[in-house]
Amino acid sequence: MRERLWWRHLIGLAALVFALVPILFLISAALNPVGTLSTTSLLPSGASFSNFSKLFHDPNSPYVRWYVNTLVICGVSAVLNVLIGVSGAYAFSRLRFRGRRAGLTGIMLVQMFPNFISLTALYLTFISIGGVLPAFGLNTSLGLILVYLGGAMGVNTWLLKGYLDTIPKELDESARIDGATETQVFFKVVLPLARPMLVVVGLFSFVSFLNEILLAGVFLTDTNHKTLAVGLYGLVSGNHNTDYGEFAAGSLLAGIPVVLIYLYLQKFLVKGLTAGAVKG
Amino acid sequence: MTVAPYERLARLSWPRVVFVGLVAAFAVLTIPTLVDKHSWTGVTISVAVTAILAYVYLTPKRIAARFLVPGTILLLAFQVYPVAYTITTAFTDYGDGHRLSQSQAVAQIEADSVLEQPGAQRYELSVATKTTDTPGAFVFFLTDPNGKVERGDASGLTPVPDSQVTKDQFTGKVTAAVGWHILTGIQVNGLGQRLSAFAVPTSGGFIKSVGLSEAYIGQFTMKYDAAAHTMTDTRTNTVYKASGGEFKAADGSGKTLPIGWKVGVGFKNFTSVLTNATIRGPFLRVLIWTIAFAILSVLTTFALGLLLAVVMDHPRMRGRKLYSSLLLLPYAMPAFITTLVWSSMYNKDFGLLNKLFGTHIDWLGSPWAARGSVLLTNLWLGFPYMFLVCAGLLQAVPQELKEVARVDGASAFRVFRSVTMPTVLIGAMPLLIASFGYNFNNFNLIRLLTDGGPYPSGSSTAGDTDILISYTYRLAFGGQGAQYGLASAISFLIFVLVGLILYGGFRQTRQLEEVYAR
Repeated sequence: MRERLWWRHLIGLAALVFALVPILFLISAALNPVGTLSTTSLLPSGASFSNFSKLFHDPNSPYVRWYVNTLVICGVSAVLNVLIGVSGAYAFSRLRFRGRRAGLTGIMLVQMFPNFISLTALYLTFISIGGVLPAFGLNTSLGLILVYLGGAMGVNTWLLKGYLDTIPKELDESARIDGATETQVFFKVVLPLARPMLVVVGLFSFVSFLNEILLAGVFLTDTNHKTLAVGLYGLVSGNHNTDYGEFAAGSLLAGIPVVLIYLYLQKFLVKGLTAGAVKG
Repeated sequence: MTVAPYERLARLSWPRVVFVGLVAAFAVLTIPTLVDKHSWTGVTISVAVTAILAYVYLTPKRIAARFLVPGTILLLAFQVYPVAYTITTAFTDYGDGHRLSQSQAVAQIEADSVLEQPGAQRYELSVATKTTDTPGAFVFFLTDPNGKVERGDASGLTPVPDSQVTKDQFTGKVTAAVGWHILTGIQVNGLGQRLSAFAVPTSGGFIKSVGLSEAYIGQFTMKYDAAAHTMTDTRTNTVYKASGGEFKAADGSGKTLPIGWKVGVGFKNFTSVLTNATIRGPFLRVLIWTIAFAILSVLTTFALGLLLAVVMDHPRMRGRKLYSSLLLLPYAMPAFITTLVWSSMYNKDFGLLNKLFGTHIDWLGSPWAARGSVLLTNLWLGFPYMFLVCAGLLQAVPQELKEVARVDGASAFRVFRSVTMPTVLIGAMPLLIASFGYNFNNFNLIRLLTDGGPYPSGSSTAGDTDILISYTYRLAFGGQGAQYGLASAISFLIFVLVGLILYGGFRQTRQLEEVYAR
């Protein structure tokens, strides 16, 4: 007997409505030529790209620069973040060493500190770093990336460790018996098997850096160095109602890279990678 | 069997050698600059990091460390150190009026007290820097009424020969100088506070700027006596004595100077959380909502995420890719934007929700509706994350185990409960705990959506949707001005609280891990 699937689609469609209504509202606001909040409804009353052209020609908001900055900062941070995170996860999952449990608990506890309060300390630190190495100081992408990497051994390590624990240990043990070094086991056995989760974690990191506004707002004060989050927030924070269209247009374009990256990487999520390896 | 040293070297894989080499090269390039700036802490850190990396990557034994050291160094530098700094700040009165060290405060008070001498000459002023970036150190180029040019910095005046400068033919103001970059009016204006605090010492007093292109000679009206720790106002002969981070008038009038300095205050910040009625009063109410909010956020997002992941996880399910892509959208959009969008959708008069449903609910204006709105928005923001995680974890569920269970006659629900759920939970548990911790401190959501409101009548400090962190933020930074010391103390308390709650969670995780994974 074939199982019926309609109820699955029903749940899926309900979730889609829930997920998409605010976004439709945002699209409508972006296309609304009047460009204020109070005139926006779910379906656009008139369509025009005036908000977009305003966005690209406003000399006070170098939107393209913000876009490039964001891709560079979030992309580099996300890749390094995953690498550092999975290295840590590998050690915690596969190797037994002194301080393992304490280390695991410690990295999680540090993350629990309310981070906006640490801003003052980070700010002062990067003033002095900038005095010696201007390339890593305030208002630089490198400096911000460094700060972001401070959290690389944290939640991600836990998440990846959880995943690595589900990969059978027998696989890397047999590789070791075959004479593989620890580095080889890591790169040639475990990393390929963990690829689905690496992709997921990488994407999550990218998105969280994209959303990050507290640190970026303090670090990047120069208009040309800003990220999309900081720049767009500036557009809407002072004048919420009147610049709403321009803000909505910019926000829409900001969401596109993540969707594209996700669609491109979706093939890594193909199920059974791990299960297949066990059978082999 | 012993291994000869050269053999040990030959066994080193080259990527590790290259990595350590690069780090060492970076240190070697950086250390001269650090020595130049007398940054001995910097030199120590640089040498120590290089030594640790060399030891870990070039010796054979430290295998676990090889995987852990890079992340740990970054963690120490940019997470642990700021936390430690903040904890020490919790024992000081750091905040508005107490930002400087004592010697800086003295210098600042003296510089601020410089007054123009009656009848003294004025200078035409140009401000210059060595390079084109304004945040660097700057100097004054001063032209006196006779046209003589001098360069002034923090150590004094140096005559500048006319051949080195170009002057404006009418005012005599320096417009260009060899080896210096003259700042424009806008750039000078941008120096703000630093310009007004800058004074060039001379034999007769101090030269300070007035406006953007003039300077005057002035003299201190405040004089510091380092031996007695007193500050004397020479105009009124009032003596101020240093005490507890500020200068207090010795005549008992209770007057203090506006600029103080940072001093240790012991546990004062901590005890005031417990004894100060305005802070302690609503603390419990906020704490209960914070915990409820964090737990409900985790449960709702995880439940919806898992439900959708399971619904989509069927081999014949069509359009899975499309569903996933579309369900990802709430997560793909920057959260601060969508939070603001939700905030506008809740608007009572022209918000989308009331328009769509034809209702007239004051979503953010009544306590329970506002709490519901916060949870609904957070569910919208958070469920795609849980959906993706669960979808990822479902891939790791052993298929043959499920098939065997089905063959043995287990119902679909039984298979889910006994096979799928445990595997998913092992992977998701640390994440759920982390999500709890994150939501416990989900400052941005509350700040952007309700800003803690609505406020019960008679209270302006703690709103009905305020969580601890937003409440603390307002106490520390809102209204009365910055009080970093107090804010740090409360943050530390929150940290301890979250830590204790999570500790229990970790113990549970450990048990799970041992039951299912080993």
